[in-house]
Amino acid sequence: MSTTTKPINQKAWFLILPMLICVAFSAVLPLMVVVNYSVQDIISPERRVFVGTEWFAAIMRDEELHGALWRQITYSFAVLAVELPLGILLALAMPAQGWKSSAALVIVSLSLLIPWNVVGTIWQIFGRTDIGLMGAALLGMGIDFSYTGNPVHAWLTVLLMDVWHWTPLVALLGYAGLRSIPDAYYQAASIDGASKWDVFRYVQLPKMRGVLMIAVLLRFMDSFMIYTEPFVLTGGGPGNSTTFLSQFLTQKAVGQFDLGPAAAFSLIYFLIILLMCFILYNWMQRVGTQEKEGGGHA
Amino acid sequence: MARIELDLAHAYRRDPKQDSDYALLPLKMAFEDGGAYALLGPSGCGKTTLLNIMSGLVTPSQGSVLFDGRDVTSASPQQRNIAQVFQFPVIYDTMTVAENLAFPLRNRKMPKEQIAKRVGEIAEMLEMSGQLNQRAAGLAADAKQKISLGRGLVRPDVSAVLFDEPLTVIDPHLKWQLRRKLKQIHHELKLTLIYVTHDQVEALTFADQVVVMTRGRAVQVGSPADLFERPSHTFVGHFIGSPGMNFLAGQVNGQGVQVGDTTLALSAGRSLPAGDIKLGIRPEYLTLVPAQTDGALAMTVSRVQDVGTHVMLSADFEGTTLKARLSTDAAQLTVGDTVWLKVLGEHTCIYKNEEIVE
Repeated sequence: MSTTTKPINQKAWFLILPMLICVAFSAVLPLMVVVNYSVQDIISPERRVFVGTEWFAAIMRDEELHGALWRQITYSFAVLAVELPLGILLALAMPAQGWKSSAALVIVSLSLLIPWNVVGTIWQIFGRTDIGLMGAALLGMGIDFSYTGNPVHAWLTVLLMDVWHWTPLVALLGYAGLRSIPDAYYQAASIDGASKWDVFRYVQLPKMRGVLMIAVLLRFMDSFMIYTEPFVLTGGGPGNSTTFLSQFLTQKAVGQFDLGPAAAFSLIYFLIILLMCFILYNWMQRVGTQEKEGGGHA
Repeated sequence: MARIELDLAHAYRRDPKQDSDYALLPLKMAFEDGGAYALLGPSGCGKTTLLNIMSGLVTPSQGSVLFDGRDVTSASPQQRNIAQVFQFPVIYDTMTVAENLAFPLRNRKMPKEQIAKRVGEIAEMLEMSGQLNQRAAGLAADAKQKISLGRGLVRPDVSAVLFDEPLTVIDPHLKWQLRRKLKQIHHELKLTLIYVTHDQVEALTFADQVVVMTRGRAVQVGSPADLFERPSHTFVGHFIGSPGMNFLAGQVNGQGVQVGDTTLALSAGRSLPAGDIKLGIRPEYLTLVPAQTDGALAMTVSRVQDVGTHVMLSADFEGTTLKARLSTDAAQLTVGDTVWLKVLGEHTCIYKNEEIVE
């Protein structure tokens, strides 16, 4: 201890008590309950058996889970692959100032205001071949469209629905990034003789990198946890072609009341999202810096 | 390289009615090939507008811009082959220093070996050779601005290089260094350089010819010495110099110039139009003289500032304060003393309606 005579007062700990209680009840305790379930076999409220990592081992071997996980990863990357370029294009196409920009902003953000289950319902009707515009149009073009019967059609409809719902978010973020670029950059590029593509490649894209990174993380996490829209639209079918991870989990936990495996899977799910975000974030960080350091080809 | 001729006016609003609607009032001037020019004036005087019109970023609402006699009024910066450096550093974040410098050349399809050679030369001039392979984003502000300068200077065939207050973000000691560098580059490359600034020291040390602007008007074009000795407009007298020119109101009558109750005799050979005029005297030329000397007035000392190398004397004459830059011998003067200062001499300029008459 130091030789100063400053009195030691531990009362300050009480000040963080409210925060600790909040966090405990909102995050720590629920998580620990899940952990608790994941290592026990609960036969009835009075009878429970400690099973160790048995549920984890079982769930890892579950073929259905492998299918759902694979579908989920494909789906999330498809979402990113479509929404990111489309969002950037949309942001580039939006007017920069005046009443037109305000109007564009409002129109673009409209779909973001619609609740998830309503989005599902809208597309359910939209895709019907008897009264839905898209379904009827596709039928008219000679495509026997059925999102309830054809797995490919169902998967594509769910993807299209997410693109329709969430591309505006990417566009808004990109638009914000674009508006923060000072005019001098465009003027300098014009004087340097840069083509439109060069301006995009060397001015706009690097300046949008920060907001696009946020867009990627948000869209990845959200699409990885997607539940309501496919549940309303297809109910996970036909078969299990649009059963994604969260729906798989709900089936286990609520449908079959397999709390142990469901809890074990929840933890794995959580870790997968955490790991994926970590990898994506670091990869994007590296892409940015590598471009800067690696390009010695003048 | 090109001779730039301007005969234009510009208003940002659609339907200009009065002088204040114009960012640039009608002006006519020429920039010779290979010259070093400065556009000098306070903020909002239209100097950046004039620069952007020359580079082609702004199209003048009236009149024309000629490069070597060719009308380029509606040509793009690229077609005019202009280089411009902005107030704040503009660099391409994802490129290295070398790639940044090479960018304008690469876009013009210059062969690779020539680009490498040219980039090497420019980097050498800017003392950045050691940093060529570093990425530009991580550098300090002054290094970034050096890259911007380099990108402006890298094209050997450029019509003119325009600088829009390029040293604003640079530390004072580096400012001197970079300005000297620019001057040296001007001598080596013989490019036409046009430099916008509101700092008179910067303008006067950089340029052979300075264009002084105020409120959308180019009031004088001249060498630093011209601007100092014979400001053609009271604004120039006031704006150039530290402190600026002293002005003393008077009337011309039969005997000479009447200032207050005193009539100063004009020297032989000088004749002036009758009426209200202003005498303009540089503080450097306002000298202490014995009482009753021709062309001198008695004034009351209101302030004496010894700044070491010289003494700044403020003296009142019937409500007008004049400043004189005197040798340190004048330090023994005290406030309230009466002194005689020569206001009408060979260096005195005479203004009527703010314009020089003689």
